[in-house]
Amino acid sequence: MTDLTSLTLAEARKGLADKTFTSLELTDAHLSAIEKARVLNAFVMETPDRAREMAKAVDEKIARGEGGPLAGIPLGIKDLFATKGVRTTACSKILGNFVPTYESTVTSQLWRDGAVMLGKLNNDEFAMGSANETSCFGPVGNPWRREGSNTTLVPGGSSGGSASAVAALLCMGATATDTGGSIRQPAAFTATVGIKPTYGRCSRWGIVAFASSLDQAGPIARTTRDAAMLLRSMAGHDPKDTTSVDIPVPDYEAAIGQSVKGKRIGIPKEYRLDGMPAEIEKLWSEGAEWLKAAGAELVEVSLPHTKYALPAYYIVAPAEASSNLARYDGVRYGLRESAKNIIELYENTRAEGFGAEVRRRVMIGTYVLSAGYYDAYYLRAQKVRTLIKKDFEDCFARGVDAILTPATPSAAFGIGEKGGADPVEMYLNDIFTVTVNMAGLPGIAVPAGKDAQGLPLGLQLIGRPFDEETLFSLGEVIEQAAGRFTPARWW
Amino acid sequence: MSVDAATVRRIAHLARIAVSEDEVPHLQGELNAMLAFVEQLSEVNVEGVEPMTSVTPMQMKKRQDVVDDGEIADDIVANAPATEGHFFLVPKVVE
Repeated sequence: MTDLTSLTLAEARKGLADKTFTSLELTDAHLSAIEKARVLNAFVMETPDRAREMAKAVDEKIARGEGGPLAGIPLGIKDLFATKGVRTTACSKILGNFVPTYESTVTSQLWRDGAVMLGKLNNDEFAMGSANETSCFGPVGNPWRREGSNTTLVPGGSSGGSASAVAALLCMGATATDTGGSIRQPAAFTATVGIKPTYGRCSRWGIVAFASSLDQAGPIARTTRDAAMLLRSMAGHDPKDTTSVDIPVPDYEAAIGQSVKGKRIGIPKEYRLDGMPAEIEKLWSEGAEWLKAAGAELVEVSLPHTKYALPAYYIVAPAEASSNLARYDGVRYGLRESAKNIIELYENTRAEGFGAEVRRRVMIGTYVLSAGYYDAYYLRAQKVRTLIKKDFEDCFARGVDAILTPATPSAAFGIGEKGGADPVEMYLNDIFTVTVNMAGLPGIAVPAGKDAQGLPLGLQLIGRPFDEETLFSLGEVIEQAAGRFTPARWW
Repeated sequence: MSVDAATVRRIAHLARIAVSEDEVPHLQGELNAMLAFVEQLSEVNVEGVEPMTSVTPMQMKKRQDVVDDGEIADDIVANAPATEGHFFLVPKVVE
């Protein structure tokens, strides 16, 4: 039998339906791959017993012809999703050994549809980071290395464990979350497909909150089709999240292979940065040519407030984070440091429990919301956000169906290489992705090529609100033209 | 705008994060780097622009005014570091 871990999710679904193999066999193959890949540190908790139990149960269902759309498919779950009875930490010391007594809506929908949980995946602490280096469980290794080099590179972040595990064939797909680029940037760094759906498409209930007006869940997968299959199960209205949208979930997979003839693709001139590596520029033009060859029409567009998205984000996101993270007080769950009085209990617990990046963001968020600074920072940033959204609305009003941009300003870099002296250096990673969160739009990152050192690069497509289908159709065109990329195994 | 050492201590206290004296200069540098970065927003003309309150145009949903959850006190205190029965334990707050 061919190695079961090398199948795509769609291929595995067929194999399971044809009874070529069982979910238990497929699950065992992935569990053994996970064991051999511990050096990547992609999983922070493996749940083999639970995985086998779920696989056996779903095998019985498949035998009775009752399997759901993801019946028997083994997945990894970002440690930001609450999983009932399975430790959930957001990769922060402050959550300690938190074991939820409830299941997040997104994961419960995956189990409803027959998926199997392999374990919990590493991420930046509270999803704050772009390299998966802020996790209390340590950094994650990217399965990709520069040609002829043994240096371990970052997988991107914050969903670094998800991207690394999918790229290294440790799981068939993974859940992830994206507040400023945390699905799309790691997908680009690992040659995987990641989609951040429209704000409101997936329920945020049971996902550890970072910045509530920006956070969205989405999948990281091996192909565009696999991502479409996963999103269909993850999306949907949930009365427990008042910002989740009550509109039907389309069959995203049906969009794969749909003609893109006549689609108008915007190429935003503001994304052409000074000092952008020539190979990213080249990849971007190549991607545009592929879409044109498939019948799409290219139009130059302008998104004039693009450069203000990242600074506005670094006011809005920390402000919301400082408010959301106020709940970690050493009283109701997680870590508690001893103290003489209640104020010291809070202060000592939070000093000990939060890592450096989280402390920094909570403090900046506290500052921009504090008396006398609210108008100058927070209110101004929210007005700029309105302008950023309007840029996109103007563009779509002119008949543009989707916008093509690079996914990241560079390929993956080495662990510890960036952001040591100046946190802003790391933040610049999200320069192409953060606009999409600020405007609440859907965005997909698709592998499109490699740089001179053999590292993967991705392209991003940005869509109209709730038009993820167009992104899947266009993403498939790029995937077909660029081909798939698999890292050479060194672990 | 930039923050001085006293402001760093004040923010840390507002954020309820203990900060030792030797951490202050480092934090001050990092916070000022972030503030310098966001400073460019001051060049944007925001005259007459509404601040964003909701990224997708939607009506705030209202739930039925009925009890649909509860009686799960065991679950609520299950992860607490210190409890007595169904109560969270904290250091004495009121003398």
